[in-house]
Amino acid sequence: MTQTMIVLFGGITALLALASLAGFLLARRAPSETVANLNARIKAWWIMVAVFAVAFAVGRELTIALFALTSFYCLREFLSITPTRPEDHRALVAAFYLVIPLQYWLIWDQWQTLFAILIPVWAFLALPVLAVIKGETEDFLPRTARIQWALMLCVFCISHAPALQILSIPGFEGRNLLLLFFLITVVQLSDVLQYVFGKLLGKRPVAPRVSPAKTWEGLILGGLTAAAVGAGLWWITPFTPWQAALMALAIVVAGFFGGLVLSAVKRSLGAKDWGTMIEGHGGALDRMDSVCFAAPVFYHLTNYFFAS
Amino acid sequence: MIDRLLIAATRFLVGGHARWQGCAPEARQRIYFANHASHLDTLILWAALPKALRRVTHPVAAQDYWGRGPLRRFVALRVLNAVLVDRTARHDPLAPLRAALARGHSLILFPEGTRGSGAEPGRFKPGLHALATAFPETELVPVRLANLARAYPKGAILPAPIACLAAFGAPIARIPGETRHAFLERARRSVCALGDPA
Repeated sequence: MTQTMIVLFGGITALLALASLAGFLLARRAPSETVANLNARIKAWWIMVAVFAVAFAVGRELTIALFALTSFYCLREFLSITPTRPEDHRALVAAFYLVIPLQYWLIWDQWQTLFAILIPVWAFLALPVLAVIKGETEDFLPRTARIQWALMLCVFCISHAPALQILSIPGFEGRNLLLLFFLITVVQLSDVLQYVFGKLLGKRPVAPRVSPAKTWEGLILGGLTAAAVGAGLWWITPFTPWQAALMALAIVVAGFFGGLVLSAVKRSLGAKDWGTMIEGHGGALDRMDSVCFAAPVFYHLTNYFFAS
Repeated sequence: MIDRLLIAATRFLVGGHARWQGCAPEARQRIYFANHASHLDTLILWAALPKALRRVTHPVAAQDYWGRGPLRRFVALRVLNAVLVDRTARHDPLAPLRAALARGHSLILFPEGTRGSGAEPGRFKPGLHALATAFPETELVPVRLANLARAYPKGAILPAPIACLAAFGAPIARIPGETRHAFLERARRSVCALGDPA
């Protein structure tokens, strides 16, 4: 396990070093705004990979805490630009200080059934109650819906990534952290490759009004390459190479739609980025949008076909 | 030390980042005046200023809130560098503010006097006019605080972690012969004009 981790993170470090070198050469030969943004992104990647590596090295508890913190930042970004009213304050406080810790505690506690219904059932019923007590009916439905959507995307969906650790897969005991590595690597690599292929060869946008940067060329070439890398990682998963390829493809497709849907949400709120936390990338949610959709899909496919 | 901790906690929970739209964070004597929606306003505006400016800028805080209890009083006076005013005073309540301006320092003022509840700031009290006339060299900088009513509304115990912003506008001019009422209304509109910088 430790040795596998060293190999995996060694590979990522080599990849990042290559990217940094390419970025450095590009900046010297043809400096432009795009190249500057590219280099800012690569720099941020070093930090994100380092944080991730430390969490993996320390183990289960720290990865859960890391994702809890990620949910916290994403939810903060989401609700900061989403119009709610002062009367929603109690619901917001409950969402941040009760729902997030509880959801991640359930993962730590491996309480799979309650983990699956805490937000879709209990928070769904309780939060509007907290808001309705204040008696403000203006925009009640949109306000309630916004808070619920925010929780579903930023907490419920994202928490499925560390929750991969609760699945019990026969013959794969003690190695579930590798599933998380598989998911995050494929989804982020797919984002990066779609961006790179899109910048190099992209012509036909998939949905010009929602996200002009997403092109068919980027999606197909980037997505297939990421799926191929996923297939190449079959040896760290309980899957055969073909199963790993299909799983990676499911992650790529879900991740793409996650990015698209969250772009539409962002645009409907009149913002370009979710925040400014990660230099060159925008906010935390700009980096996690594809994970929001890919994590639950991967979790449930793995649970359905492979878990006991 | 305490100020760093307080700023770290503020940034983590409610952001409080500055957006310098109409002026730069320069070391000039200024009266910053902002909309008032929450007890956190003082903290957010203070945290939005760079350290060098914080040292010579005093938030004007209500004695009946910030002066109550030893902890709040300590934070207000020692950390935030605040000037406390007695809102119920019979005698001149602006005296401590004049004293700070006379020393060449800047002020942070909430001219509504009390926390508003609507989306737009309420009527401005005349204190801003009196200070602007008595110290004609100070720059009058409008500031719009966004999201605070949602992060920490009246009656709340815990702040919700919603990112708050402080947008600094261009200093407003003094127009000779303008009535007090017209000046206050113009000042209020300059805060509104900074929109909701979300």
